Amino acid sequence: MRETLAGTGDLVRLGLRRDRWLLSLWILAFAMMSWSSASAGAGLFPDKANRIEAANTINAAASMVALFGRVYDPTSLGSLSMIKYTAFMTAAVAVLMVFVTIRHTRADEESGRLELLGGGRLGRNAPLTAALVISFGASLVLGLLSGAALAATGLPAAGSLAFGLGWAATGMAFSAVAAVSAQLTTSARAANGMGVIVIAITYTLRAVGDLAEPGPSTLSWLSPIGWNQQIRAFAGDHWWVLVLPLALCVALVPATFVLRARRDLGGGLRQERPGPARGALAGVWDLAVRLQDRMLVVWAVSVVVFGVVIGSLASSVTDFLSSPNAQDLIKKLGGAQALTDAFLAAEIAIMGVLVAAYGVSAANHLRSEEIAGHTEALLGTATTRTRWATSHFDAALAGVALLMLLTGLSTGVGAAFALHDGSQVGRVTLAALAQIPAAWVITSVVLTVFGWTPRLTAAVWGLLAVFIALGEFGVLWNAPQWLMDLSPFQHTPLLPVGSDGIGALVALTATAAALATLGYLGWRRRDLTA
Amino acid sequence: MTNVVEMTGVVKRFGTVTALDGLDLAVAEGEVHGFLGPNGAGKTTTLRLLLGMLRSNAGSIRVLGMDPWRDVATLHRRLAYVPGDVALWPNLTGGEVIDLLGRLQGGQDQARRDALLEMFDLDPTKRARTYSKGNRQKVALIAALATDAEVFLLDEPTSGLDPLMEDSFRGCVRELRDQGRTILLSSHILSEAEALSDRVSIIRAGKVVETGRLEQLRHLTRTSVTADVESVPKGLGSLPGIHDVVVANHRVSAQVEPSGLAPLMQALTAAGLNALTSQPPTLEDLFLRHYGPVTGEAPTGEVTSSRGRPGDA
Repeated sequence: MRETLAGTGDLVRLGLRRDRWLLSLWILAFAMMSWSSASAGAGLFPDKANRIEAANTINAAASMVALFGRVYDPTSLGSLSMIKYTAFMTAAVAVLMVFVTIRHTRADEESGRLELLGGGRLGRNAPLTAALVISFGASLVLGLLSGAALAATGLPAAGSLAFGLGWAATGMAFSAVAAVSAQLTTSARAANGMGVIVIAITYTLRAVGDLAEPGPSTLSWLSPIGWNQQIRAFAGDHWWVLVLPLALCVALVPATFVLRARRDLGGGLRQERPGPARGALAGVWDLAVRLQDRMLVVWAVSVVVFGVVIGSLASSVTDFLSSPNAQDLIKKLGGAQALTDAFLAAEIAIMGVLVAAYGVSAANHLRSEEIAGHTEALLGTATTRTRWATSHFDAALAGVALLMLLTGLSTGVGAAFALHDGSQVGRVTLAALAQIPAAWVITSVVLTVFGWTPRLTAAVWGLLAVFIALGEFGVLWNAPQWLMDLSPFQHTPLLPVGSDGIGALVALTATAAALATLGYLGWRRRDLTA
Repeated sequence: MTNVVEMTGVVKRFGTVTALDGLDLAVAEGEVHGFLGPNGAGKTTTLRLLLGMLRSNAGSIRVLGMDPWRDVATLHRRLAYVPGDVALWPNLTGGEVIDLLGRLQGGQDQARRDALLEMFDLDPTKRARTYSKGNRQKVALIAALATDAEVFLLDEPTSGLDPLMEDSFRGCVRELRDQGRTILLSSHILSEAEALSDRVSIIRAGKVVETGRLEQLRHLTRTSVTADVESVPKGLGSLPGIHDVVVANHRVSAQVEPSGLAPLMQALTAAGLNALTSQPPTLEDLFLRHYGPVTGEAPTGEVTSSRGRPGDA
């Protein structure tokens, strides 16, 4: 035991040193978002009647239940205020923990850093143990801090603790899932992908399970994200449910060490098969597509599934117009006028932001390829800088456009069936296409930063997070208008609600083009750096 | 003979660090030019400037009469490059990478590609992530050598190869020279440059301190000889071409020019030779002896080749 764990402490210290900014910023962000949401809830739903009205509306709308889950105690302010956080933001916590765990396991192994350290006095199980110590610890701190933030807004202490421990336990469960996936694949990218797919599946399981009447069906109980909802913080505080994610950890962690013991350093469980001896890649464009296509396929499948589900829920929105308050709430959540349109517009806007995240991640290939030294090999040939950068940038832009088209078509088809109205396909697709320019703007920012300050390329993720936070909380925070206006997503017309906005779309596209041009200028005049 | 590569007074700074400090370098058409220097002297920086990957702060650079910063595509069609630190896409096979680089170069000779694969004993169906350092280097070498380039820029091309493969590589370089190609070969191993080069340039702290044919740089090619003898012969120090003679008991050590080897051997044999080791001087030895230790801040011309990983900060 002592032998296989030698050096774990040193690795934990090294990991915390590497992640001191990444982890503390993300943990703070989650705690702050919890605090914001709880404080906002207190203002939005001041009295009991108000809450019951809002909670019943959410519980009655299948679309809301599928997306966020049920409010289990309509009289509880905490239960209602945190409705977006019990499932949706919990999935975000899970994604963070998957990334952190893979970063310290497979990513280090793939890059050869672990080999360098392994030459020292390091036990075979030390790296995996250290990674789990870091991600379990981060989950615990994230959960407890968020719980404390909730209690600080005046919500009941017991419920706040239950909520925080829910996030902590769920984060730990998905860290364990990621630790398993790190043993199965040989690349960090694939391991991250596998973790995210598990999160998506568990999210969908609970969405379908929650829709069952009267309460959650077995399907919700099969999902760790469903468990987090069933803790029912602020609505009875079912403490015993916390046992489920912890039991999953107890089952998965030993399995991970068994898997690790059965494979070589750097290897996966699957043997590497020989590939083609001759290549069909004709140029940098083919290469960019080859490097980006797997991720694009995963995204495409996800948006189509999401789109069909959301679209088919469109009819349920109008089923529950019992009270003026209900209408008011959905208008607040959506945008304007017709409720179905407001609902579709809101969902498509969410998809627009998510697909923008795809654009940022795809465009980040520019920097990751340069750091890896691949760009040096390519620029040593007759390939020009512009041509190489264009290949990745254009592939990112095309991916964004394709994903929004698929979102529109799938949501439209779903809505057309639900509302028995074939014209929905065209309207909804158009609404989705209108999201493209804003996503292109943020994708182009990656190229601009890459061209001028390459070391900050990954910081565009932070910018995207700020834009998302402004969209979500800007009004509640009383953010000044000029700050709100910085976000490209603020300028996208909320179709299919209105029809205005061609001018804004043209302006956004022009902005994207200007940012890209600026990026190319910088890239053509700077040194290659690592 | 015209110069294929011409650098005059080239300065390259990375922030406050001066990597190249007024570098002059000339490579003539059709020659194998050894570019020698210790680690961090600025070899990689020089090659990257020649490729237009870095921009110089001062001085002029011409490759095949073109400006490598401006005429990238035109120039690179006539030039092939093997980086010192070969990074490949982990999930592409070696064969796919060779073909991709070949096409980007404007086409490669298929028969030659296959012959090179055979010669270097490389399995092209393996994914790049499973290749060792030497095999990654072979991928880049094959991709470059299979093209029809006029100029080859090779950055420490044999650093990961075993002696057998190194021999194959030397054969390829001689073949290219016989066809009239120009080769700039950077190395920190004197013997490698000696075996291949028509001329060498020696870089130290961002400046070329010596350049010329190897015979002209004879003073750099002293062999370090250590011998155990029955009785130490007298007057060793006065023999021609022998320097720094140190005698301790029955052990003699000295630095010997090629012309001094024969007389020294005769003297040692006559004195009853028991054991003999000889080795070429290391570059560091040479520099210490001929140029003195470098004082002040060490030049770090190869800072750009240190590979950080994303998000590590």
